[in-house]
Amino acid sequence: MSHADWEAVIGLEVHCQLSTNSKIFSGAAIAYGAEPNTQACPIDLGMPGVLPVLNGDAVKKAVTFGLSVDAEIARRCVFARKHYFYPDLPKGYQISQYELPIVANGHLDIELEDGPNSVTVKRIGITRAHMEEDAGKSLHENFSGSTGIDLNRAGTPLIEIVSEPDIRSAAEAVAYLKKLHQLVVYLGICDGNMQEGSFRCDANVSVRRRGTEKFGTRTETKNVNSFRYVEKAIEYEIERQIEVIEAGGTIVQETRLFNPDTGETRAMRSKENANDYRYFPDPDLLPVVCTEDYIDAIRSSLPELPEAKRARFVSVFGLSDYDAKTLTSSRELAAYYEAVVAASGAEPKLCANWIATDLLGALNKLGKDIGESPIGADAFAGLLKRMVDKTISGKIAKDVFEAMLAGEGSADDIIQAKGLVQITDESAIIAAIDDVIAKNPQQLADFRAGKDRLFGFFVGQAMKATQGKANPDALNRLLKEKLK
Amino acid sequence: MTLHKLSIKQLADGLRGKQFSARELTQHYLGRIAAHDKDLNSFITVTPERALAQADAADAVLAQGDGATLTGIPLAQKDIFCTTGVRTSCGSKMLDQFVAPYDATIVQKLDAAGMVMLGKANMDEFAMGSSNETSYYGPVKNPWDVTRVPGGSSGGSVASVAAGLAPIATATDTGGSIRQPAALTNLTGIKPTYGRVSRYGMIAFASSLDQAGVVARSAEDAAYVLQAMSGFDPKDSTSIERPVDDLVSGLNQSIKGLRIGLPSEYFADGLAPGVRERIEQAIDVFKQLGATFSEVSLPNSPLSVPTYYVVAPAEASSNLARFDGVRYGHRAEGAKTLEELYKRSRGEGFGAEVQRRIMIGTYVLSHGYYDAYYLQAQKVRRLIYDDFKRAFEHVDLVLGPTATDVAFKLGAKTDDPVAMYLNDIYTIAANLAGIPAMSLSCGFVEGLPVGLQLMGNFFDEARMLNAAHQYQQATDFHTQWPKEFES
Repeated sequence: MSHADWEAVIGLEVHCQLSTNSKIFSGAAIAYGAEPNTQACPIDLGMPGVLPVLNGDAVKKAVTFGLSVDAEIARRCVFARKHYFYPDLPKGYQISQYELPIVANGHLDIELEDGPNSVTVKRIGITRAHMEEDAGKSLHENFSGSTGIDLNRAGTPLIEIVSEPDIRSAAEAVAYLKKLHQLVVYLGICDGNMQEGSFRCDANVSVRRRGTEKFGTRTETKNVNSFRYVEKAIEYEIERQIEVIEAGGTIVQETRLFNPDTGETRAMRSKENANDYRYFPDPDLLPVVCTEDYIDAIRSSLPELPEAKRARFVSVFGLSDYDAKTLTSSRELAAYYEAVVAASGAEPKLCANWIATDLLGALNKLGKDIGESPIGADAFAGLLKRMVDKTISGKIAKDVFEAMLAGEGSADDIIQAKGLVQITDESAIIAAIDDVIAKNPQQLADFRAGKDRLFGFFVGQAMKATQGKANPDALNRLLKEKLK
Repeated sequence: MTLHKLSIKQLADGLRGKQFSARELTQHYLGRIAAHDKDLNSFITVTPERALAQADAADAVLAQGDGATLTGIPLAQKDIFCTTGVRTSCGSKMLDQFVAPYDATIVQKLDAAGMVMLGKANMDEFAMGSSNETSYYGPVKNPWDVTRVPGGSSGGSVASVAAGLAPIATATDTGGSIRQPAALTNLTGIKPTYGRVSRYGMIAFASSLDQAGVVARSAEDAAYVLQAMSGFDPKDSTSIERPVDDLVSGLNQSIKGLRIGLPSEYFADGLAPGVRERIEQAIDVFKQLGATFSEVSLPNSPLSVPTYYVVAPAEASSNLARFDGVRYGHRAEGAKTLEELYKRSRGEGFGAEVQRRIMIGTYVLSHGYYDAYYLQAQKVRRLIYDDFKRAFEHVDLVLGPTATDVAFKLGAKTDDPVAMYLNDIYTIAANLAGIPAMSLSCGFVEGLPVGLQLMGNFFDEARMLNAAHQYQQATDFHTQWPKEFES
């Protein structure tokens, strides 16, 4: 039986760290990378007698997320304790939400490129998103036989976003994750840093024979923290499950771990050894009540979401869908683009070409994102302005751009310093043309004999004679007249 | 010198009138602790240096003519409240070496009020017990008969106050741990409304039931200190944002026309005849003071004990999960694996009663049992609350016995957990409902004190204390002393 006879069923659980200033139940800071256990107060350490107090900003960010995926916001939600023993879980329980999560029944639309010019949109259901606290970290290295515990991360606010089992391939899973990642970063509720664990994914994967209704037994692959790893882990897991079943075996419901070095997943614990979490409502915390007014206020302060922005870039700026998608891929990039359009007065399309091609290309080479661009939006607009007012040609502009990247100053400084102002004085251009014609009698004869393509030779020579500064339109026109 | 027989008000006047200094007063009590506590075991830790430093600070304030009523008044803190720099054991081997880097909110408040902490009072381990026999530091003896228990879990708090080793003590009440020991030692003990006093820094037993209060020699003394402890705390989400009534100024109002309800369920079988008699005599006193009585029904009160022994262990099993030997507290030596570290640290650090409750609590929260036990118990809890709500539509206070009998002999019930649990049969309902309740002395049976319980509507502490104070103006039971500790 071939793989075409099988269908994968995938649901994702994404842990998304909320970018609040302090922890979800204490006043300790949450900055990443601090010395171990320096950002953990008695509450984070689970000391005796201390009590949690809910961080209102975490609730606001969770509601913001819910509204952005068209979900229902619970008017009353409840924190529950989830019990298990582990050294990086200080209280012996994690404060989470169980029966009454803050967000339920949302969805996210993903785009799937199923051909060179064909894109289909698929809706992935979001079952729920609930608030919870993160655990600390166990450090197994450099402790010679012991394990170190760093509780800086303990109590960091998370939302766990649980999708419906609507995903059917690793590619769909990645499309969903990228869309979700873009969204939470856009909303400003998560810094999206996957390496630091701000956005991590558990993948529930099962397979079934195509055409059957019933789900197969699923496995859960934990803590996969890059898009590429998610893709590989899911692909591996689909293959593995099909092979097991086709060889007459059965899939065991279990938790698995992905090993990025081998690209394989391996069993971590089976359902039989699963924890009984003994959930019950946390008696230290009151139910969270979200009033209509509270929700409306958050709704009205939602930023423009990527899809709306993309549609606006197409309709208002006349961009292609491709460019619009590129330029709205992050909120910062879109803001950069809009700032350049406004400040330069240049054609929106020209701005888009320059930013999407030249600037992003250069940043890509530097390994920087738009927020770290050596050329700010105003400076970039300064460059485009000089093209619009014809001070420099597009060709010269590329040189100026390179110099700006190298930190040589503003466009005007560079144009001034290098004497790059475009020559529009026709007598100067004519002088250069005459000189070129005089020096190349053979080419002139050939051209007049019908070798039209030599026109380009004369343009090049004349441009060279003016160090590239001749106004290209004027040069073309005057050269045509001279060569007649 | 009989400084220890003075009321809080008299002590405050004496300090202001320069009859004695806070240092002298503190030294008097430290001397009494040194002389008598070997017979009672009411303190786990005595803190003379800290006490004298606080006393000197109080004297300095008083010398300026500043300070409030409580400035320079000593007290015992139950060893469940975290105190910076002083061990907080919660009566457990698990925390024998534990020193908190923070103060409980009430410790902060009473320190700020100028009170002088003499030490940390003995208690049942993690407040689980009704006789103070589960303490890692040994049982506390009842000053009225040192072969008998003082009640629990606040056994050290009551024994120290009843014997005059402290003028007043803090205590906590999850199912009767203030009121039952107060009843057994001739004291006045009050558990305020749930949420009235901050739980921050008070080591949790059952979070939805735990509430701090005081044990004192009179309602008036209790009013002064409870006043200073009460109030909203932003560090405790379950504390209530509502102004605190003036508990002291309300004490002298007449209780003429006060409507008191008698729940028939509290006078059924199981109540010792001698106790019943004292309660009935007390009812007559209240009648003479102008109170009117009617019968009320709390039909679900027989369900209190079983409900409590689902809810409280469930929460305890969760609250005590943090004691794992990893970050602080007892850690077993030589454990080879993580699982062994957990099992042995907890097995060695917790006593039998605590382990029993952790097991019960773990069981009732387990998958498949949660609905049948915990959820069901929460529903019954609601019915118990509704009983009181209905009763308080007709009456101002509910009156009954605090305990079924007088203090029992040490060791009499240690092998029978159920008999021990039934000690709290009259006190648990108030915790389940969240209402305020108190116990005050109403006489003696064969030389042993009997306690009367008043229960009030939410935030009716002032009304309850007023009734208790008026009763104490008309009677002198609360002024009696156990002979061995009187002078």
